[in-house]
Amino acid sequence: MKSALEAIRARALERLQNAEDLTALEEARVQLLGKKGELTAILKSMGQLSPEERPAMGQMANEVRAAIEEKLAARGAALKAAMAEQKLRMETIDVTLPGTPIREGHRHPLNLVLDEIKEIFLGMGFDVVSGPEVELDYYNFEALNLPPDHPARDTQDTFYITDKVLLRTQTSPVQIRTMEQRKPPIRIIAPGRVYRSDAVDATHSPIFHQIEGLVVDEGITMSDLKGCLETVIKRLYGEDSVVRFRPHHFPFTEPSAEVDVQCFACHGKGCRICKGEGWIEILGCGMVHPKVLSGCGLDPEKYSGFAFGIGLERIVMRRFAVDDMRLFYENDTRFLEQF
Amino acid sequence: MNLSMRWLDEFVHVDAPIHDYCEALTMSGSKVEGYEQEGADIQNVVVGKVLAMERHPDSDHMWICQVDVGKEEPVQIVTGAQNVRVGDLVPAALHKAHLPGGVVITRGKLRGVESCGMLCSLKELGLTVHDFPYAIEDGIFILQEACAVGEDIRHAIGLDDTVVEFEITSNRPDCLSVIGLARETAATYRLPLHLHTPAVQGCGGDVNELLKVRVENTELCRRYMAAVVRNIKVEPSPRWLRERLRACGVRPINNIVDITNYVMLEYGQPMHAFDLKYVRDGQIVVRNAAPGETITTLDGTVRELSPEMLVIADAEKPSAVAGVMGGEYSGIHEDTDTIVFESACFKGSSVRLTAKKLGMRTESSGRFEKGLDPMNCEGALLRALELVEQLGAGEVISGVIDIDHADHTLRRVPFDADWMNRFLGISLTREEMVKSLRPLEIAVVEDECIVPSYRSDLEQKADIAEEVARMYGYDKIPTTALRGTAEAIITPEQDFERRINNAMIAMGYDEIVTYSFMSPKMYDKICLPADHPMRRSVVITNPLGEDTSIMRTTGLPSMLDTLARNYNNRNPEAWLYEISSEYLPREGEDLPEERAVLMVGCYGGEADFFTLKGAVESLLSRLNLPRADYTAVSTHPSYHPGRFAVLTIGEVEIGSVGEVHPAVLENFGIGCRAWVARLDIARMFAARLPEATYHALPRFPASTRDLAVICDESLPVAAIEKAISCAVGNILEQIKLFDVYRGAPVPVGKKSVAYSLVLRAADRTLTVEECDKAIEKALKALAQLGATLRA
Repeated sequence: MKSALEAIRARALERLQNAEDLTALEEARVQLLGKKGELTAILKSMGQLSPEERPAMGQMANEVRAAIEEKLAARGAALKAAMAEQKLRMETIDVTLPGTPIREGHRHPLNLVLDEIKEIFLGMGFDVVSGPEVELDYYNFEALNLPPDHPARDTQDTFYITDKVLLRTQTSPVQIRTMEQRKPPIRIIAPGRVYRSDAVDATHSPIFHQIEGLVVDEGITMSDLKGCLETVIKRLYGEDSVVRFRPHHFPFTEPSAEVDVQCFACHGKGCRICKGEGWIEILGCGMVHPKVLSGCGLDPEKYSGFAFGIGLERIVMRRFAVDDMRLFYENDTRFLEQF
Repeated sequence: MNLSMRWLDEFVHVDAPIHDYCEALTMSGSKVEGYEQEGADIQNVVVGKVLAMERHPDSDHMWICQVDVGKEEPVQIVTGAQNVRVGDLVPAALHKAHLPGGVVITRGKLRGVESCGMLCSLKELGLTVHDFPYAIEDGIFILQEACAVGEDIRHAIGLDDTVVEFEITSNRPDCLSVIGLARETAATYRLPLHLHTPAVQGCGGDVNELLKVRVENTELCRRYMAAVVRNIKVEPSPRWLRERLRACGVRPINNIVDITNYVMLEYGQPMHAFDLKYVRDGQIVVRNAAPGETITTLDGTVRELSPEMLVIADAEKPSAVAGVMGGEYSGIHEDTDTIVFESACFKGSSVRLTAKKLGMRTESSGRFEKGLDPMNCEGALLRALELVEQLGAGEVISGVIDIDHADHTLRRVPFDADWMNRFLGISLTREEMVKSLRPLEIAVVEDECIVPSYRSDLEQKADIAEEVARMYGYDKIPTTALRGTAEAIITPEQDFERRINNAMIAMGYDEIVTYSFMSPKMYDKICLPADHPMRRSVVITNPLGEDTSIMRTTGLPSMLDTLARNYNNRNPEAWLYEISSEYLPREGEDLPEERAVLMVGCYGGEADFFTLKGAVESLLSRLNLPRADYTAVSTHPSYHPGRFAVLTIGEVEIGSVGEVHPAVLENFGIGCRAWVARLDIARMFAARLPEATYHALPRFPASTRDLAVICDESLPVAAIEKAISCAVGNILEQIKLFDVYRGAPVPVGKKSVAYSLVLRAADRTLTVEECDKAIEKALKALAQLGATLRA
């Protein structure tokens, strides 16, 4: 009997070792350990042994069973691991195939940059306000110290609706509307569309965008104006940009200035981009004219302020090296999707 | 304004290199646009003397010239010109010479004969006969200048001035003159300014005997000065005068015309010269035009005048439009013997309006309209007379006529040094300020500035502050940070708009920016009936063209136009949106309503009605709006009658979504289907739900039931859904349409609609009976709609 057990163990272990897959292994398990299996048969015949032999044989039979079970588990684990590995191998993909495209939307480049500018000003405590595009002559000109027949009116070719209604030529009327509605301290920007009867070409459009700014409070100085705009320009163009303020004339500010940044391409030496000047004009500004303040019911002896107007298109064109303004209004998706 | 540096030097001597000069003047307030060195494009061209000439052996028109160019040996130059003689002084372009237009001359052979350069014509030097009236147009420029053989041609003919181009702002008409810019230059560099007082000899006689002047409108004509010159000799001006005009961009004509232009450039005062012979009765009347009066102007056009226009007339009829343009007889003619020089001051706003009305802006009107100084009339007139005598152009009759109604009091403006320091953020002493104003001829007396007459722009203390600031240097003003705190607020409306943008971009739509004006024909293109109220638009009275002549009342054409452009550019698909304005005239109001709408449009790819509707639904959900009801509308002329829905929330219509009508697509040249949605932003904003609070996650299991019914084709699924929702009540957690089927075995004209329902109660597990009952109720409600359970 002992030798029978030994033989069973040897055969069983060999069979298990040779089981090719989990099905064969299960089949072997049933044959070896099942009710009709060899080992069960032997255990059943234990009754025929003498009581002295029984414990030793019983122990041996259990050892054989344990050995078989152990082998069964080991072989099962090995087969599973091999199968898993095989499955993973089969599932290999070409990771260089393209990803499934997701349609992306794009913010228009003008608004992309406008959003940035708004963020800069919001951080400096400027509210964002707006005003009508179809505007009264009064707000667009008269209240800005441009009475009828003022020669500077001719420099802004105006679209008229009636004698007293026009398409605003600048965002500056929002200054007046703001001062009529709010009391100092005032800190606002007013981005929006403006209209001038310029024929369309690469650098002109009858519709374009400006960002107006206005600060009014007690004790606002020209050095505040310089400090504020220099900060904005450096945030927009980089800390190392060189800025200059030079005298200019706007009827609604006094003193007035235009602000240039040094040409990024030639660093002031003069090149094709800056038309040889070394500088690129980016905005107009000045101290709010006392006549404008008093026209809005603010006492110029008590309050002072500054205002500025930034042309958006020019900044965006420079930023993305867009050389034709028409592209902004043609809205070809091949253009829009580059931003 | 173009400034000749040579001319400037007569008044102020600047040593600075030209680049520095331009920079300095720009920074002190006279913006320089650029500068140009005359003759910069001419190199290696010298004065040559023709020593000998012989015929070219192989040509019947060419000449072989031996030309002395100031070197040891003469050079041989072949020319085809016929006007050269031995002994002539000519411009000789030597080997490797540069000429205007990028021309380079090199040594070469002409029909076998070596030519070491080229003899030049006026044109080849970039000049015309206006610059050198004694020369001829086609032929070599035979020099009659006092010059030396071998001398650089630029120097020999005075083509070596430097011209600086200034951009003068409208408040400084005084700087549209050499003297004005000289004053700015002197102030900028703190250099002495040498002004010149014109001296006129006169030849006797009395101007008042030849000419009488009456000014009827002294409001529009503050000052009228005139002088008479007889025995005039019309001829070309001397070279120095021609050179200066040329440098300033003015074409020399003849001595009399040139003098008027010269004085205008030097003094900034427009001058007018006319033939005394055509002044009937020697009587000049400055008056308003009579109703219906006309004038034929110098350019030969008959112009109708209106009574608010000021004219210069004789006893009978107008001879010039004051400050704008002379009449046809006012020029200088061959038989002109006696002329009148006019130097007057007309009111700017009147000149501006007249010029605008007549549609003729001239150099003169452009200056007058900015407001000129009546004190300048006299100096200018005397300068003209001085030049007449200097040039020998005629005899000046003694005396001048001066009808002067100008106020000669100089304006006084408060001077407050402390205030200016505070206002500008600087700290200058009173003395420093006074000193910086002095070169501008602004005198400070105690606490007042006395402003020169030509500075009508200086009215109040802020204007003086600007003068102080620009003389000090804007760049020296320190920079300071804004004091005090300010809290910027993003309003709920701005936040709402931001969320719309974020949602649209997240859903794959590209933002567009379109023109807000358009052609009225767009209404035809979107098939609006002729009497449709939406055609009532804000109309631009002076548009660039019809295409941009009205403000849109609907964003639809702009969107379709953009879709069409993309379609025509062969972009296979487009998904676009814009937050645009619609401009709606308001009865009894000056200004229209500017209504913000979200326009969404798409074609190609996956685009169809439901992808666009899906985007709209998703947008509304992200914006925290209640679900909208979609109602089919078949009457909108721009949309497919069977594929257009109006969105409402409660009673409020918030927008629409639909397929564009094929006729409209055709009008826009879009060769495929396209879909457009339009949503009113203010109405959406108003319909927002309050911010949602958290719902507890369900604790009890749900029951799922599927329900398929057969109903008429025409029954909208929205009605079925509504019936189910009402019948099942609040245990209906979700209702989802998962199939719409047509075809056998469903009878023709019917459809099968299948829903999956999720039923759940928050406080208990629903029993089977409860669910069955709910479904029964739903079926009962559906039966009312003629929908029966699909077997």
